[in-house]
Amino acid sequence: MTIYGTALLSLCLLTGLTVGRLIGAALGVEADIGGVGIAMILLIVGCDALQRGGLMKTPTESGITFWGQMYVPIVVAMAASQNVLGALSGGVMAVVAGVTTVGLSFVLVAALARKGRKEEYPS
Amino acid sequence: MSTLEGVLTKNGLLTAFALVGMTMFISYFLSAKLTRGRLHGSAIAILIGLLMAVLAGGKNGVADIPMLSGIGLMGGAMLRDLAIVATAFGVRLEEFVKSGLIGAVSLFTGLLLSFFAGGAVAFAFGYRDAVSITTIGAGAATYIVGPVTGSAIGASSEVIALSIAAGLVKAIAVMIATPFLAKAIGLNNPRAAMIFGGVMGTNSGVMAALAVIDPKLVPYGAMTATFYTGLGCLLGPSLVFMIARFLF
Repeated sequence: MTIYGTALLSLCLLTGLTVGRLIGAALGVEADIGGVGIAMILLIVGCDALQRGGLMKTPTESGITFWGQMYVPIVVAMAASQNVLGALSGGVMAVVAGVTTVGLSFVLVAALARKGRKEEYPS
Repeated sequence: MSTLEGVLTKNGLLTAFALVGMTMFISYFLSAKLTRGRLHGSAIAILIGLLMAVLAGGKNGVADIPMLSGIGLMGGAMLRDLAIVATAFGVRLEEFVKSGLIGAVSLFTGLLLSFFAGGAVAFAFGYRDAVSITTIGAGAATYIVGPVTGSAIGASSEVIALSIAAGLVKAIAVMIATPFLAKAIGLNNPRAAMIFGGVMGTNSGVMAALAVIDPKLVPYGAMTATFYTGLGCLLGPSLVFMIARFLF
């Protein structure tokens, strides 16, 4: 049944968010540390186990893949509910700080991404 | 008219599905006809979303309009996280493990870079106290790290508001700029996506950007980005504040 897949997905996320909060609390911050990442690992491991056991049926899979395919529309809804005006009216300094950080971060991404590629394929 | 309005308001999530669906249709149509696919349909859809948020002008974009409050539910943390986790379906665990080290490196360097860049801009704009510089630097990490750090070390509400604004600008700049820069920075494989997620860290920005470039890369970027805000909230009021207090 389709709901089995969605239920598995929800259980993974709920578990991940709980563990993420517990890690945060253990480190003394009121924030979730890696909850979504933990949930993703649980889902990968869980699906792998079900597939091995032959328990992963097509309807179950569709209960997961549907939400994966809803990803882009959900991101559009997220964009539409951002405080864009607040960002722009936050003053010149906020805009400069945000844009400068992003600019430097792009340079760092390029440097790190390129560095590893050389290590992987030595010329 | 008021009957329709009542129905749309009462069934907010359905209104959101219908409206976002129409936005996607128009965006993909414009992408194919006007830009011959050069500007991706999802990029146009996200830009339309941001534009609608500006026009609505509220703290939660269009979600502040009662009839469109379902957009806030659809794009809120719950369904967003559910969809992100679902994208991990079919991904092999080895891919994550293989890039684990560089992912961790990118997280720490990216966070420190953001604190530094944000702090430097604050300094350039005349702030000289460690509390304000740290808080604005934290805002340059994400718009959650900013206020969490600021309240922990006792920043003024004006500085906290600035830090949130800086984080919002960052998220939006990442959404808009990344699709144009993806090729130049080599963002076309899982490993680079993990680095990208770790360095940028802003969940909404990273996810919107990867959705446009290649939805297959989403789980990799999300994997590292999910640790960023938590780590930032951990390092901001502690290590980074200590360094700032030592300097100023």
